[in-house]
Amino acid sequence: MEALLAITIGILVAAAVYLMLSGHMMRFIFGLVLISNAANLTIFTAGRLTPGAPPLIPLGFDGPAGDVANALPQALVLTAIVIGFGLFAFAVTLVWRAWVALGTIEADDMRIAEPKEDSQ
Amino acid sequence: MAAAAPTSRGHGLLGYGPTALALALFIWFLGFLPVVSAGQAASWAVPWIPVLGIDLAFRIDGLSLTFALLISGIGTLVLLYANSYLTGDPQFDRFVLFLTSFMLAMLGLVLADDLIVLFVFWELTTITSYLLIGYGHDSEKSRRNALQALFLTGAGALAFLAGAILLGEAAGTYRISEVLAQGKAIQDHPHFTAILILVFLGALTKSAQVPFHFWLPNAMAAPTPVSAFLHSATMVKAGVYLLARLHPAMSGGDLWLYTLTILGVVTAVFASLLALRQTDLKQALAYTTLMALGTLVMLLGQDSGYAMTAFATFLIVHSLYKAALFLVVGNLDAATGTRETDALGGLGRVLPMTALAAALAGMSMAGLPPFLGFIGKELTYAGMLQVASFPVILSIMALLANGLILAVASVVAIRPFWSARQPKTPVKNAIPWTMAAGPVVLAVLGTIFGIMPGLLQNTLVAPTVLSLTGDIAETKQLKLWAGVNLPLFLSLATFVLGGLFYAWHATLRARLAMLDRLPNLDEAWDRFMASIKTFAIALTSRIQTGRMTDYMAVTFSTIAIGLIATVLLRGLPPLSPSFADVTPIHLALIGLLLSGTFMATITRKRIAAIAALGVVGIGVALVFIFFSAPDVAITQLLVEVLVVVLVAIVMLQLPRLRDYPNRFRPGHAVIAAGVGGSVTLVLLAILSTPLDRRLTTFFETASWPEAFGRNIVNVILVDFRALDTFGEVAVVVVAAIASIALLRQNRKGRS
Repeated sequence: MEALLAITIGILVAAAVYLMLSGHMMRFIFGLVLISNAANLTIFTAGRLTPGAPPLIPLGFDGPAGDVANALPQALVLTAIVIGFGLFAFAVTLVWRAWVALGTIEADDMRIAEPKEDSQ
Repeated sequence: MAAAAPTSRGHGLLGYGPTALALALFIWFLGFLPVVSAGQAASWAVPWIPVLGIDLAFRIDGLSLTFALLISGIGTLVLLYANSYLTGDPQFDRFVLFLTSFMLAMLGLVLADDLIVLFVFWELTTITSYLLIGYGHDSEKSRRNALQALFLTGAGALAFLAGAILLGEAAGTYRISEVLAQGKAIQDHPHFTAILILVFLGALTKSAQVPFHFWLPNAMAAPTPVSAFLHSATMVKAGVYLLARLHPAMSGGDLWLYTLTILGVVTAVFASLLALRQTDLKQALAYTTLMALGTLVMLLGQDSGYAMTAFATFLIVHSLYKAALFLVVGNLDAATGTRETDALGGLGRVLPMTALAAALAGMSMAGLPPFLGFIGKELTYAGMLQVASFPVILSIMALLANGLILAVASVVAIRPFWSARQPKTPVKNAIPWTMAAGPVVLAVLGTIFGIMPGLLQNTLVAPTVLSLTGDIAETKQLKLWAGVNLPLFLSLATFVLGGLFYAWHATLRARLAMLDRLPNLDEAWDRFMASIKTFAIALTSRIQTGRMTDYMAVTFSTIAIGLIATVLLRGLPPLSPSFADVTPIHLALIGLLLSGTFMATITRKRIAAIAALGVVGIGVALVFIFFSAPDVAITQLLVEVLVVVLVAIVMLQLPRLRDYPNRFRPGHAVIAAGVGGSVTLVLLAILSTPLDRRLTTFFETASWPEAFGRNIVNVILVDFRALDTFGEVAVVVVAAIASIALLRQNRKGRS
């Protein structure tokens, strides 16, 4: 399953990069959501997949009973999901604000910093 | 350049202060004369970069002291002179700062006893001289010429740095005195040829030898006091100093002998021809400086005692008369407003002190007895005749150059003052004593040393020869009358030849115009600079397109190339992808993820895209649930709901997606496939290597006994890595505040 997931993650990343390169801010946001999902899955998968054994310590034990799932990547991914959400919320607001202020949703038309005359 | 009529007061303390500093330094250096003339050396060292074995080491021996006295002495007079010359110049404060810094850098250069320290001061002189040449920065020519000097000598300095490091590594020490103490052993080192060529590149660009000579006449764009200081006595001699400093260890080989002799002779003859060609007095002097540098370099190519004594003497002679003559030309310029030789005449009675200095310095330059220049010239001839391989050619070349210089000296120093045939030039400004003092003192010194060469013999010349050869007995006697010998006849021939050149100089000058048609590196320089600019513009418009998507494409390509290159260079562990444990439920889950991804990528409807992203998010949450991460799954689900809500709210205010066609972009598809494929490869590689569970094991065993929590993931987050989690909360809060700010701003904009 890990190998299959690795291939799926590759496809997710490819789709995300393709969307982010579109120059359309809304599609960029879609790409951002996809790539952060792909990143979380990468960390999770790299820590190996263990079905049906969450990292818990049963009552009366000092450690987990038997082999349980790798707790470390889970903790990392949990943090990453939340931070990814913060980034996403800010990006969405920024896109919306850019649309209101500049009247365009395409990155290549947002050229206040680098007007076309200067590029030659 | 002078903005107002020069006064002796000039800029007051701003001018006198640095003059006093230079004078104090000069007197301080004089104090070393007894030590140095006894054949000793004074040295200091303070650790600077101990790790690299580099100390701030300084050492005063004969060669260093000669240079230090010339720099601080001429510096005193030039600073005094500049104070009056630039009377009323509003930027004098800058000027005096640059000039004083230059002087100190130059002193550091000649005193440094560490190759790297020497290089640092070398570069400081480059930078300060750039600022001084470009002092008249409102003129484009002066900016161009300053840059030219900076780039050319800067490039040479880089070569020298490489040479210095090679030399330091080869000798096992960066301390110059220790390198020299090893004698000529360095010449057996396999890197010796490389070291020599690199040092040559540094020294010969700095001292403007053919074919790098063109920057020096251009550097005359600087105010006259700068030319007098930098381009006669000091900076251009830094290259000569470097060659002289390394002479004991590096001279003697064929490469040393032929490179320096040939380049020196060619420079000397070529420059003296060009000197006669000039009509601007300052330009003429600039070319005679090239001639002098050529002569010095040629002398350094040799080993004989005569050549070394000649070097030591000619070095002093040239600095004295050349600085004096530059200042004389500055006086002519300040008094009459012109430096054109044909416009100047009859000034002898109007500017008596300047005329006196000009006459004395000019005769020293011409090599007439009883001036020091005569002794220098005699010794030079003697040195030339000692050259084993081709004394005749060298002597003839030196004869030619000296004859030409004699003619130039007459044009510069005699004609504007005494020639009966020249029209009288009206004098606009009087010359204050501060501007007459410099040339007079220098010229009179040249005369005194000529009449009493014993004053120099043991104080400076002999210690310098000691620095050059390691044997003080090599020093030859400085005397006006050395008996009837070949150098004397050569001197007489010089006078005849020079007289003829002077008599016909107007005709010769016209003929020499053809030299201007020679292939000229100066013009090639302009083309070179223009091509750099063209290249930069072309490159910039290529890589700085101003299009966001291009920049992102470059970023993603870099990631892909970086990952793939790492995989190719380091190799992959044997990949063992196993699909044995895949169940139908897994396949359905993957299908869910992929269909959502596919939909989000190609859809032209906003609502469909939002739904597709939701599907992917749920799919990821399901992966977490399947593989024992309930906490992560819960978070993922919550966040997913928020994401969809946010996207939905914002999307409805944005234009519809179908108005923007999603055309297939093959280039971007390749980049995307590259990034995605390399991520898969790297992940597969990670999965094929054994997992290091040490950290996980620690958390599993410590979770209950130390933190009293049974949910290991939660314990990691709120206990072991609590600070991380705190940071995470901070990030979310910052994002929220920023979002609110953006939203608020809009509301204000509307009202």
